[in-house]
Amino acid sequence: MPGKPKLRKGVRLTFDKTRDTHVLLFPEGVLVPNSTAAAVLSLCDGESTVEEIAAVLARRYQGVRAQDVTDVLARLESRRVVEWK
Amino acid sequence: MEVAPPLGMLAELTHRCPLHCPYCSNPVELVARAAELTTDQWLGVLDAARDIGVLQVHMSGGEPLARPDLPVLVSRAADLGCYVNLVTSGLGLTAARLDDLVDRGLAHVQLSVQGADAARADRIAGTRAHAHKLTAAALVKERDLPLTVNVVLHKANHDVGALIALAEQMGADRLELANTQYYGWALRNREALMPTPAQLAAAEPVVRAETERLRGVMEIVYVVADYYEPYPKPCMYGWGARQLTVAPNGDVLPCPAASVITTLPIENVLSRPLKEIWYDSESFNSYRGEDWMREPCRTCDRKAVDFGGCRCQAFQLLGDAAATDPVCSRSPDRGVVDLLLEAPAARPEFVMRGPAVAR
Repeated sequence: MPGKPKLRKGVRLTFDKTRDTHVLLFPEGVLVPNSTAAAVLSLCDGESTVEEIAAVLARRYQGVRAQDVTDVLARLESRRVVEWK
Repeated sequence: MEVAPPLGMLAELTHRCPLHCPYCSNPVELVARAAELTTDQWLGVLDAARDIGVLQVHMSGGEPLARPDLPVLVSRAADLGCYVNLVTSGLGLTAARLDDLVDRGLAHVQLSVQGADAARADRIAGTRAHAHKLTAAALVKERDLPLTVNVVLHKANHDVGALIALAEQMGADRLELANTQYYGWALRNREALMPTPAQLAAAEPVVRAETERLRGVMEIVYVVADYYEPYPKPCMYGWGARQLTVAPNGDVLPCPAASVITTLPIENVLSRPLKEIWYDSESFNSYRGEDWMREPCRTCDRKAVDFGGCRCQAFQLLGDAAATDPVCSRSPDRGVVDLLLEAPAARPEFVMRGPAVAR
């Protein structure tokens, strides 16, 4: 992958108590990421590579591969949530 | 039916506005300053909105900067965890005010632009506004805040190529090019505003090519002229489905234009809790879901796509808010829209929006 993923400018990941879920807030609207996407997004700090993110997640969840993280990030990039640094 | 919590709230803090745009979608009868909610009342609205699930607050108007308490309201909405968007004409936005709003948690600015060049833009705004907008955009970009430029398109400014170039020059992250919707004051100017088929045909390939060229740099959202379309817009993604509007006096509306539906029993935050209005009120439940639909909507394969179109348009054009949006080619009343489009292409003068009524 071309570098280190980070949330696009203006995108915020937060926890919504009303819905009991993580939500992504950005100018166009609100997205409710699934738990996998939320876990990936919380590690998108613009400093970590996909491999590093996958390694952190693999310590928490069994069987996480870098390809899984790449797939999630590709979907989030197409929704204009993530960009590459 | 299962009613989901609202995602967004359009907080119309005031109807006062320095611009006089002929396409203004606010009601013909504006809320006077004396009838506006107080600061404490707005703080209560924000608390109640977050409590029922609102995550996005659009501080709008009129011109929200006309409210001296805007910073306090931005703070509250941001502290509650909401994404706070300032919808502004840019007039009155100074470096100091913007710094303060950003410190308080402002996340995004949506700036209106009336035309591609100062002479035309100022004529449409009814005041010397254009230069202020260039300044406002620069201030937003200097603070690295995301910027959306919004242009209402109509017969007198339908130069999408030049507008896209301007937005690009302003450093916009998003550009909304929205053909005029005819609500509120704008309905008075429908003939003068309605773009011609030639304008729409010319715009389409430009928008398509520019969207491609600017991919990843500036997102272009083009809102079509619905009178010319075969199917209606998915208005509000369904009535009472995602968003609510609170008018300057505390009236709570399922869509920003809903006060045109004079048969709708509109509720107010001062007389009923916001939660009850969202879940239990007649105004929010009248056109929610699909049960209210008649034919041809009821059995239509597109009812989950466009939700029957726009209730306000059905009421304005047919006098019946439960009718299929007459823009729809499957509506038995499509002829009403066709007649409007076939009317001789006069070029009447704009009726400019006057100052707010002083009552």
